[in-house]
Amino acid sequence: MKRFESYGGGLPGVSLDDLSGWLIVVEGTDGVGRTTHVNRLRAHLERLGYAVAETGLSRSDLASRGIHRAKQGNTLGSNAFNLFYATDFADRLQQQIVPALRSGFVMITDRYIYSLIARAIVRGADPDWIKKVYSVALRPDAVYYLRIDVENLVPRVLADGPFDYWESGMDLPMGEDLYESFIQYQSRVIAELDGLAREYGFQTLDATRDVDAISEDLCARVSRLLQDRRPALATPLS
Amino acid sequence: MKHVETYGQIPNQSPGRLFIVEGIDGSGKSTQLTLLAQWLRSQGHRVVFSEWNSSPIVRATTARGKKRRLLTPLTFSLIHATDFSDRVERDIVPALKAGAIVLADRYVYTAFARDVARGVDPAWVRALYRFATVPTLAVYFRVPLDVALYRILSGRPKLKWYEAGMDLNLHPDTTESYKLFQARIQAEYERIVPEFGLEVMDATRPVEIQQRLLRQLVTPHLNPAASREQSRRAVVAETGG
Repeated sequence: MKRFESYGGGLPGVSLDDLSGWLIVVEGTDGVGRTTHVNRLRAHLERLGYAVAETGLSRSDLASRGIHRAKQGNTLGSNAFNLFYATDFADRLQQQIVPALRSGFVMITDRYIYSLIARAIVRGADPDWIKKVYSVALRPDAVYYLRIDVENLVPRVLADGPFDYWESGMDLPMGEDLYESFIQYQSRVIAELDGLAREYGFQTLDATRDVDAISEDLCARVSRLLQDRRPALATPLS
Repeated sequence: MKHVETYGQIPNQSPGRLFIVEGIDGSGKSTQLTLLAQWLRSQGHRVVFSEWNSSPIVRATTARGKKRRLLTPLTFSLIHATDFSDRVERDIVPALKAGAIVLADRYVYTAFARDVARGVDPAWVRALYRFATVPTLAVYFRVPLDVALYRILSGRPKLKWYEAGMDLNLHPDTTESYKLFQARIQAEYERIVPEFGLEVMDATRPVEIQQRLLRQLVTPHLNPAASREQSRRAVVAETGG
């Protein structure tokens, strides 16, 4: 039996037959603390002896520079932006995620297609269309959704500095007021993620808790998953 | 999964017109489109030219991907869709709203043919381009493969990696790979023509005959107001001078 398959028609020219490893997704909106938890999870798994690799949005060799340039000037149409992120994702899927799984790594991805889908929908993309575009993605072993409401998100974001232009949806017609726009934009992104959580079966973690409590919860859940679902290739001795 | 809308469902509802040409390399479509543009301008129409792969921001990424051979069939498809989408949003749709005649040398059908020839799922790539306006008129320049290959290979010294389909490992020799790749693309075009109702031009006929036929195809779609406007202006110019 295949360990991994894509949501839709598969990846052109890429065999998924020889994949092992695990694909772990950490999802959540901007400023919820994903990076902290990904770092702690990685350290935890490495202590247990797993080989861990990591990826995240706009970190592709192909498109990361172009995306950063386009963001500086807000010079790309919004639908084109959606597709630019899809290009970045597809490059990472084929150049980072698939090779890591082929080598039996635990691949942790700091956000996956779901944040990209949610953001595209908030920016006016047709939901069926953008989900179809991302149907090339591999179905992960688990999606851990760090869930927070906007009221609790605001103090966390402010602790890290001023509101970010893009994280406040300032490219959208939500008014000139950065704070108001942030509240509106993030509320909509969170609402979309909540919908996707039901549709794609995320495990939801309450991210309003203390940081240590969240990371203990996350590490325990992932450890359990890795023990329950050992890939056949990883158990040569018995 | 719910019904996913696909390409072909967004008609042009603007006052402008969108005329596009398609065909394999060496089919002569670009020559014909250039001649058509000159004629339309001489008739007093406002003409906007839109070329494949022309958005400045995305172009840098595409160039990087091609130069370093980073592109897979999937990312090749997506980066071109990104570029095309930017072109639609920035160039094509506003020009159509302004009532211009937009001429496009290649359109979504190029992606359908080329990406599927690379192994991309046909239904997926059609859904990918769902956002694109259906052209007023699409003309496919049909030419025998050996004629097109002769035109290209006798004139051009060096074929590029992706252009020759070298990423598909069809043949170690660039020219041989190019031939095999073009044959695949042509086979896809032949599926696309009936699927989307493209007009077919016999591209083996003399240039001037093809141009006459192309003008005939375009004429019923032209807005007579534009040429009326031109004659009115001519009258004003006469009486004024």
